[in-house]
Amino acid sequence: MDLSAYQLEGFYDELFAKPDQPNPGAELLIEKIKSLSEEDLISKQKAAEIMLLQMGITFAVYGNEAGAEKIFPFDIIPRIVDGKEWSQIEAGLKQRIFALNAFIDDVYHDKKILKDRVVPEDVVFSSKTFRRECEGFSPPKNIWCHVTGTDLVRDSDGAFYVLEDNLRCPSGVSYVLENRQVLKRTFPQVFDASHVRPVDDYPNRLLDTLEYLVPEHIVSPVIGVLTPGTYNSAYFEHSFLARQMGVELVEGQDLVVHDGFVHMRTTKGLEKIDVLYRRMDDDFIDPLAFRSDSVLGVPGLMEVYKAGRLAMANAPGTGVADDKVIYAYVPKIIKYYTGEDPILPNVPTYICSDPKEQEYVLKNLDKLVVKAANESGGYGMLIGPHASAAEREKFAGLIKQNPRNYMAQPTLALSRTPTIIDRAIEGRHVDLRPYILYGKDIYVLPGGLTRVALRKNSLVVNSSQGGGSKDTWVVDAGE
Amino acid sequence: MLSRVANAVYWICRYVERAENVARFISVNLNLLLDTPLDARLQWEPMIAITGDQKAFQVLHREYSQKNVVHFLTFERSNPNSIISCLQAARENARSVREVISSEMWEQLNRFYIELKEAEHSGFAHNDPQKFFLMIKMRSHMFSGLLYSTMSHGEAWHFARMGMMIERADKVSRILDVKYFMLLPKPDAVGSPHDNIQWAAVLKSASAHDMYRKIFHRITPVQVAGFLIFDANFPRSVRHAVNNAFESLGKITGSTNGDARSGAEKHLGRLLADLNYSDIQEVMEAGLHEYLDALQGRLNHIGLEISSAFFRPAPLEAAAQPRSDLQFFSEQNQTMPKETAK
Repeated sequence: MDLSAYQLEGFYDELFAKPDQPNPGAELLIEKIKSLSEEDLISKQKAAEIMLLQMGITFAVYGNEAGAEKIFPFDIIPRIVDGKEWSQIEAGLKQRIFALNAFIDDVYHDKKILKDRVVPEDVVFSSKTFRRECEGFSPPKNIWCHVTGTDLVRDSDGAFYVLEDNLRCPSGVSYVLENRQVLKRTFPQVFDASHVRPVDDYPNRLLDTLEYLVPEHIVSPVIGVLTPGTYNSAYFEHSFLARQMGVELVEGQDLVVHDGFVHMRTTKGLEKIDVLYRRMDDDFIDPLAFRSDSVLGVPGLMEVYKAGRLAMANAPGTGVADDKVIYAYVPKIIKYYTGEDPILPNVPTYICSDPKEQEYVLKNLDKLVVKAANESGGYGMLIGPHASAAEREKFAGLIKQNPRNYMAQPTLALSRTPTIIDRAIEGRHVDLRPYILYGKDIYVLPGGLTRVALRKNSLVVNSSQGGGSKDTWVVDAGE
Repeated sequence: MLSRVANAVYWICRYVERAENVARFISVNLNLLLDTPLDARLQWEPMIAITGDQKAFQVLHREYSQKNVVHFLTFERSNPNSIISCLQAARENARSVREVISSEMWEQLNRFYIELKEAEHSGFAHNDPQKFFLMIKMRSHMFSGLLYSTMSHGEAWHFARMGMMIERADKVSRILDVKYFMLLPKPDAVGSPHDNIQWAAVLKSASAHDMYRKIFHRITPVQVAGFLIFDANFPRSVRHAVNNAFESLGKITGSTNGDARSGAEKHLGRLLADLNYSDIQEVMEAGLHEYLDALQGRLNHIGLEISSAFFRPAPLEAAAQPRSDLQFFSEQNQTMPKETAK
């Protein structure tokens, strides 16, 4: 495959320092791709897709026929991160998650950070994901955010920035593990020779994290992954994680509160469950505590949880740190709880509830990305430079109507990486979502999910908006 | 294990077995057609009449041609018992218990379904039906092979096997019932070469021809019926299937012989005893059709009792509504779309 025509077009590239000059760590891969014929490369891509479909690694598509599934588009050319650079990311994420957890614990207890006016009180209390029900409650070991997926992007200067924190039910880690399985078979020799850090340990680490929540007197705890069911878009992942950990996969209908504990309905009667890794939002877990119209949850679950007879990951209430306006304060939050400067910077953020910043945002809508505070999956978002005048006007109205719910950021020139498009290789924009587990200590999965915007010039990497994924190799070059 | 999971595993196997039996059901007709001078229309109409689906069929097709009937029983999604509907239901159930069955089983079932979907558009089933239905049978055999050799023989496995065996006992009895009903009304033809061919086709449809020949040498309707109901060793006989189902049920409840803990165990045990201690002569005296009809009723009842003993707590329930006495299909579970949440 001839790569001489591959152009960087002024963007930071994940595999190339200059045209035809691979980054350290990527040389072997580039050499391999060059040695393949176009036909070979395309057939490797096809083989990988067939493998994913046959393994049933699919996601359900909303609004389609019931149970319709697609494979998450996958590109076989991995994204490579140098080991030294990764160490920085890892340290930055550990620092950030530690601080966010301290923040959540604080806002539900003493509220010191609010009293010290580091974060405005009303921003926290007006957050949709702030749960009054959790005030005064202490989860086991005071850990709230057991599993986090933090989205990172690289700007044209080559530096990594935190784009957002996903502390509620971040998904995608199963694709990291399965993509790796597929790529090992796609580029076996290159993989072998590149010293890629392994990701396969994740399910064990997750299990350790969940077991850590159980009081010591329970010797063999019963653990379950709580899923909304087979029609949820991330169902594959719920099932995958339960299988990898060897724990139960339960739906709301499988659980019942009885005698002050949560039980599973089994063929031999009721059986107590000790820990739930729940993969549904707070809103749905308990119709008695939150949304009463939820048919997915378990009535009475929260009461058992608050009595300490059931542990849950992530803890209800964690979402407060997921609010995109609170995000703007995270650098201050880090400084407040650790005394350190943030290792990983935020993307500069304008808060629309601040009159001055709002004015700037409204004047510069054509240059900014606007996000709603509590949306995810690329919904409720405006990308100014790519939007029509009418769309911008609509968002200007929304911002004026409910300024608390919006923030804006400059449009970044996201880094790109070589990607197979039709039968050629072209640069496409990517982000990176590493996964962080908070148990006995904080663990960062080396690599994470690289999401790629397959449409030319697109900056939206979400799977619901035409994004795909890639394997991410953390490579210790020169070893 | 979770009731919902036990229910799903049980139904995966029932649906795969059901799909296989529809393929066998069509195969036997195709076999017969090769050897009989009958009007093709007369051969295909009863296939639909017997399943009680005439109305649904007539909404879609005017003519009881081979093409229409085969399509209705194989690819028609509005027919809950078509092969593709069964496979889809099996796969949906499997998707909800992927952490319980082996990955090999899931991948095979998934591939089976994808292949079937492709065949829907390729014309394979109509251009080379013998080969196509053989393929369905072989895929189903592969699935049960994987069930036996890649999944631990624990509680979930016994639910799986019990589902498969109860479905098999039911369908073998129905194939026999249907064929007896179709083939016997002409007393003068009994014993003619034509008749022998027909009964050989029935045996072949149950993969029983060779094993039957080893015991009886010659084909007679009564002996064929006796073999398919009472043979102790043939894996598709009703008695053998009921025996396996009983064994699995005992493993699930942990009861020892003669110590029945639920209605399901009591009735399954009684049915097995009847199969063990009677023979085809007794059956023929009472009338084969009456006997098979009662047998199907008992199996249906046992299915309901299994459901209430083990699955009832979960809303995903089996609903059995017998429609006519010559009905090919009995219970099914419902995989209802549930509300989704992000």
